[in-house]
This record gives sequence, C-alpha cells and structure tokens, in this order.
Amino acid sequence: MARMTKKLVTRKGLPKANKRKAAKPQGSTLVLVATRKGAWLYHSDRQRKAWRADGPHFLGQIINHLVLDPRDGKTILAAASTGHLGPTIFRSTARGRKWEEAGRPPAFAKALNGEKGRTVKHTFWLAPAHASEPNVWYAGTSPQGLFRSEDGGMNWEPFGTLNDDPQYRAWMGSEQDGTPDGPKMHSIIIDPRDPAHMYMGMSGGGVHESRDGGRTFRPIVKGLEVVEGFDAANIAFHDPHCVRLCPSDPDRLYQQNHCGIYRLDRPADEWIRIGRKMPKRVGDIGFAMVVHPRDADTVWVFPMDGQTVWPRTSPDGAPSVYATRNGGKTWQRRDAGLPQEQAWWTVKRQAMTADANDPVGLYFGTTSGDLWMSRNEGERWIPIAHHLPEIYAVEAAEV
Amino acid sequence: MKVLIPTPLRSYTGEREVEAHGATLAALLADLDSLYPGLRFRMIDEQNRIRPHMRVFINGEQSFDMARELRAEDSVQIVQALSGG
Repeated sequence: MARMTKKLVTRKGLPKANKRKAAKPQGSTLVLVATRKGAWLYHSDRQRKAWRADGPHFLGQIINHLVLDPRDGKTILAAASTGHLGPTIFRSTARGRKWEEAGRPPAFAKALNGEKGRTVKHTFWLAPAHASEPNVWYAGTSPQGLFRSEDGGMNWEPFGTLNDDPQYRAWMGSEQDGTPDGPKMHSIIIDPRDPAHMYMGMSGGGVHESRDGGRTFRPIVKGLEVVEGFDAANIAFHDPHCVRLCPSDPDRLYQQNHCGIYRLDRPADEWIRIGRKMPKRVGDIGFAMVVHPRDADTVWVFPMDGQTVWPRTSPDGAPSVYATRNGGKTWQRRDAGLPQEQAWWTVKRQAMTADANDPVGLYFGTTSGDLWMSRNEGERWIPIAHHLPEIYAVEAAEV
Repeated sequence: MKVLIPTPLRSYTGEREVEAHGATLAALLADLDSLYPGLRFRMIDEQNRIRPHMRVFINGEQSFDMARELRAEDSVQIVQALSGG
C-alpha cells in the first residue's frame, strides 16, 4: 500500500507533456464490428466524418470478436460460430477482402478414457501477442480456456497447464456458474514491456497474472468485492467483466467488475474501487471500459442497470458514457447526442473502444444494433450506423 | 457413398450431395474433412461427439456411433436439427 501511494504521488507530479504523449500522425480509421449475425468493417476518411460500410461478412454467423493485427495492419481474425455449427476462426491477410478458415481452431484436449472432456462452445476473445512475437495470438473461449497460435491464427494449441489445472477448473466453475451465454475467458492482456507478462480475466473466476508466458497464473483479486452473501476469499465468486491496461503506463490497470469499477497500480496487488464516486442513481455496474491511449488518468465506462434481476439496460432508459480524467476521483456524464429517454439498450464488454487519434475517437455498438462514435473524447456522440444485428464487439485501428 | 450435406455446411462443399468414402462413420467424416477442410469440426466436437444440433442418418436410421460400419451402397444424410433460430 505504501509503495502504491508513493507511485501515485510520483505520477501526479509528472509534467503534463510527459503525462500525455504526442499522438501519431492521423490516418484513416477502420472500425471492426462483430455482431450476432455477422461482421462489418467501417472505413473512415481522415477526418473520421465519412464512413464506408463493408459487409456483411459471414452473414448469419455469430461473430464474438473481430480484431486487426496492429503488428502488420492487414491481418484480421474473426471468432465465429453459429447457432448449430461448432466454432471456428477465420483469417484475412488482406483486411477483409478474402478469408480463410483455421486448420485447427481452439479446442480442448481430448479427454482421457473415462473422463468427460470439455468442448469449446465459442471463442470469445482474440488478442495479438507482443510486438516482438509476430504471428502469435492468444484466444479466450467459452467455457473458459486459453489458447495460443504461433502461425497467425491458423492453428491453435490449448494451455493445458491452465485449462486442465484442477484448481483453475474449480475457479472456472461449471457452465451453470457462468454468464447466461456461458462462462468467458476475456481481457487477455500482454504487457508491452514483456511478452511473458500477461493478465486475463475469467467471468466468473477472477483476474489472473502470469509472468512466464501463460505457463502459470496467480489470482489478483485483493480489494475486489463480490455479490453480497458470498465469500470474497473464494476466487470462483469474483466476476471481472472487462480489464484494461493503460498503454501509456503499463503498471496501471482498470477494471469494470460485476461489483464496481476498480483501479490497480502495480506493483501493488490491491484493487481500489473508484466507482464509488459515480452518481448513486447510476451506480458503477457495467461491462465495457476503455482507457485513453496516452493518458493513464482518463477512462470511459458505460454504466448498466445491475439492480434486482439485472435488466442489463441503460439506467432509467437514458444511456450515457461516463468519463474520469483523474484516475477515478471524479466522473462526468457524457451523453450529448445520445437519446435522453426511453432507450433501453446497453453496450457489451467488447463493444466499446478508442482509436489513437488526437483527440481520441471513441466508438461503441449497442445491443439494439446501432454504432456510435465521438470525435472528441465523448463530448458529443454521432451515429455511424443503425439497424445492425446485436453488436457484440467493436475495435478501432488506424490504417 | 453419397452423403447429403445440410445447407449450413454447403459453404464447404458447394454441393447438396457429395461422394466420400470410409469403412466406418468416423472414417467417412475424416474423408469428408480431407475433401472439405474444416467441415468435420463444425459438426463433431473435440471429444468426438456429434454436436448438439447436428444429426447423422444412415439409410434413414439415426446414428451417434462413430464406429458404425458403412458399406459403399449406404446413403448418409447429415442433418441440422430443427432446434430454434
């Protein structure tokens, strides 16, 4: 705790110029939209004012994540399944102009005789590995499993040390313990300073850290709350919804949890609930969370109604992003341009993101199939597209 | 032998009906996968179980047995269950 306080003081003392590193020259932006019924790519002009839709790709297939590889700017992986067929991964090496299917999609190891093996229902999260490891990707699945590809997403191997570890299996729980659409492994984060240092979240099952490239993990849940009546000492009861690492300060993580919004400043291992400063009427429950690419004190969240039966709608039918510019000490409502009443959609955990422009562009997709953006860090929102299928994930990249 | 392909898998075969070979159901599916890479995993999971919404009929009789023996004159139908949208 003392070390963390010292670090915060040091950060506060940084000159503004150091705190917000300069943005790169502005190119056009590509927004990748994954939906319950296919995928779309939206290409912008340099001002991010005009958008061209490219899609649908994989019409009718459930696309849980669609990610452009920042290391080559061309490769896109799509995590696909359908209501009836098994899951697979599609890859394009030409930014969506042509697709090929993985030869060996993420799949659990075959069970030993007499044991009931697990089956991947869908790949939920895709994450490019460290910049020094081109062609390496990680995938998180439902039910929870971690997978790695070393050939650009065409063939995937399970992390047996995690997926089959009895302790981790107990923390993952059964499918009955997961979210309505199945338990998820998500928020696979690679430390930009160290390819072997990674984090991942299990919903449910806690936040975990590895310092050996995923061979071993340990939980980091100190300070996190769990649902009333449950024991916070039991890792299985922890439910991180989305974890983000600040690119401008990789020692700082933020988390939107089932039970609040948190910040963690490493090397400390105790999360601080910064969501207590959110307006009481809105609360600090939600799924999506976005960090500023150059300012570790700036974060955006999208609160959701998590009362009673968990309506999973915008609180009071009035959707809004909330922003903090000081690491969670205060929060501001950012709803200009959004419907002010009778709008009962929300935003899923992968469906809000930021580009790296200056000012930062923010993007989110709704459960009602609308794609929104802000060119000025949330000051005003404008729609890019209406009437898409339910949006599962939104990513943005400069191309 | 002739194998009837359901519409969700025709992006792999391009055809409603294809010709494939195998002395057992497992061998037939392996042959289908070699002809149409990726098809098998979308109907058979990593534990060698037929996925919940897929069905295989051999000469009109449903089979879940991957070791089920087949003859060249058998007719195999792969069917997607009518289990909701």
